[in-house]
Amino acid sequence: MTSAIPARPVSPDLEPDTTPGVGPGGPSDKKATAQYSDRVRAERRLGWILAGPAFIVMLAVTLYPILQAIYESLFQFRLTAPGEREFIGLGNYAVILSDGVWWSALWTTLLITIVTVAVELVLGFALALVMHKALKAVRGPLRTAILVPYGIITVVSAFAWFYAFDINSGYVNSWFAWLPGIDSDLNWFAQGPTALFVIMASEIWKTTPFISLLLLAGLAQVPDELTEAAKVDGATWWEQMRKVIIPNMKAAIMVAVLFRALDAFRIFDNVFIMTNGAYGTEVLSLLAYRQSISRLEIGLGSAVSVLLFLCVLIICFIAIKLFKVDLAGAQGGK
Amino acid sequence: MTSTKSKVLWGIVTVLVAVYALFPVASILATSFKAPSDLTNQKFLPSPGRATTGNYEQILVGDAQGLFLTALRNSIGICLISTFIAVVLATLCAYAIARLDFPGKKLVLTTALAVSIFPVISIVTPLFNLWRSIGLYDTWPGLIIPYLSLTLPISIWTLAAFFRQIPWELEQAAQVDGATTWQAFRKAIVPLAAPGVFTTAIIAFFIAWNDFVYGISLTSTEAARPVPAALAFFTGASQFEAPTGAISAAAIIVTIPVVVLVLAFQRQIVSGLTQGAVKG
Repeated sequence: MTSAIPARPVSPDLEPDTTPGVGPGGPSDKKATAQYSDRVRAERRLGWILAGPAFIVMLAVTLYPILQAIYESLFQFRLTAPGEREFIGLGNYAVILSDGVWWSALWTTLLITIVTVAVELVLGFALALVMHKALKAVRGPLRTAILVPYGIITVVSAFAWFYAFDINSGYVNSWFAWLPGIDSDLNWFAQGPTALFVIMASEIWKTTPFISLLLLAGLAQVPDELTEAAKVDGATWWEQMRKVIIPNMKAAIMVAVLFRALDAFRIFDNVFIMTNGAYGTEVLSLLAYRQSISRLEIGLGSAVSVLLFLCVLIICFIAIKLFKVDLAGAQGGK
Repeated sequence: MTSTKSKVLWGIVTVLVAVYALFPVASILATSFKAPSDLTNQKFLPSPGRATTGNYEQILVGDAQGLFLTALRNSIGICLISTFIAVVLATLCAYAIARLDFPGKKLVLTTALAVSIFPVISIVTPLFNLWRSIGLYDTWPGLIIPYLSLTLPISIWTLAAFFRQIPWELEQAAQVDGATTWQAFRKAIVPLAAPGVFTTAIIAFFIAWNDFVYGISLTSTEAARPVPAALAFFTGASQFEAPTGAISAAAIIVTIPVVVLVLAFQRQIVSGLTQGAVKG
């Protein structure tokens, strides 16, 4: 990553000058080691003075709470009965892991993650290809259209999809009544599979633009000469895709998939609005919310939060170790 | 070959993409003009002659005004302040990352990455407990602080990517031409850096504006509840009436600024997202 930084100014003694409070750099014509290391030290100090506040704030808003959650997960503690706080070690974890609710929420979350990411990858890739190849005249309108779902509040998307499918206020049932299984009596939100379908549709609609923009950046890095050469050699469109384009943007695809997978894994808004976790649509984030915020079971809720965090770590670990995703390359190699 | 044929083809593709992107928005827009008694018409549009602006009146000047307008004020205030703090901190941090050599640079970037993929709900439980005991529960700062976990990491990555592309030599060139350090910075660097900072602010604002988990978990009244959370608490004009229309109207109102920003700055947003691309 450091090597990717474009040329820095040749003489570093300009730097301290640009920021007050560090003092002017020494005379730059002397190359004495002592002075050079002074300058290095000054630069390092300035680096941390500038980057430090952001770094500390990031740790304060995440590291501290998660440590607190780990600590609180070891207690049986309900906010409504603060006097009965009791240390129970890993007891909360035993309760959660031996409960079917946790496992069913975990499977639902995994199912949503896998299905949405797979569909988004295909759809996002198609959108990226369209934007990549588009005529100049339509490039702007295309980009604008694709960015709209990205900017829209997830809760708004959830309501839009919910109302369209809702048995009372929706029009989907009457529009698609000709399809087998769909009629005016179909209540999409009264059973798991149909409810999950709408939840995933909303999630996919809202987040595909993001993945397609990442893939677009990856596409732009595939050298044109390679595709041209393949074309000259008589490769079909599909062969060009499979042998030239996709292998050359593998890094971008992996990064996009990992980010979206981690994002999908914490799905909350769509489920909360559409079913509130009923009919087997409970997901992990909602389970944690229900324990801590609704039932005020801080101990149990903290334990669910910690487990959720561990799941994310495991996903990251698998991605980095098994699939060799280079997160540092997430910058598109710039 | 092409020109007419490919123009038509691209026209069709563009229309298809536009339909994909805008259909749910159009759907909720149509719903927002349905009268309560017309909600069950099973059609996309309000029944002919029955379209009404009643839902908008209800949330802007009517019964639900208190609920919606306070939430709107909370959302705008909290998101702007949190975006502002994040962008200021991130500008300093990204400047150091792009331009200075110091140990731990990679640590800062990795931390930003880790924070951006952190499951939000894992932070909520401890904060809920802590905020209640120190009095930050249901206040603006009680949301502004955790919003930094959303806005700060993306700001650092996006800005670091932008700053790395700035030709910093220009500053020196200006100084050679006789400008003072401050003049060189202001005249040569600021105009190049400003679009990046601005784009970052838009992206960070979108993310804060989108938040729902913190919004419903860390507030309990209108004192700080932001719009997405408030939407989930809307009730109908009477208890027998669904709040569908009011929610749709409110949803459209909070979507307008997003669409305006996207229309005005689509090019910058795309480049910001793909260069710093961490998390949308």
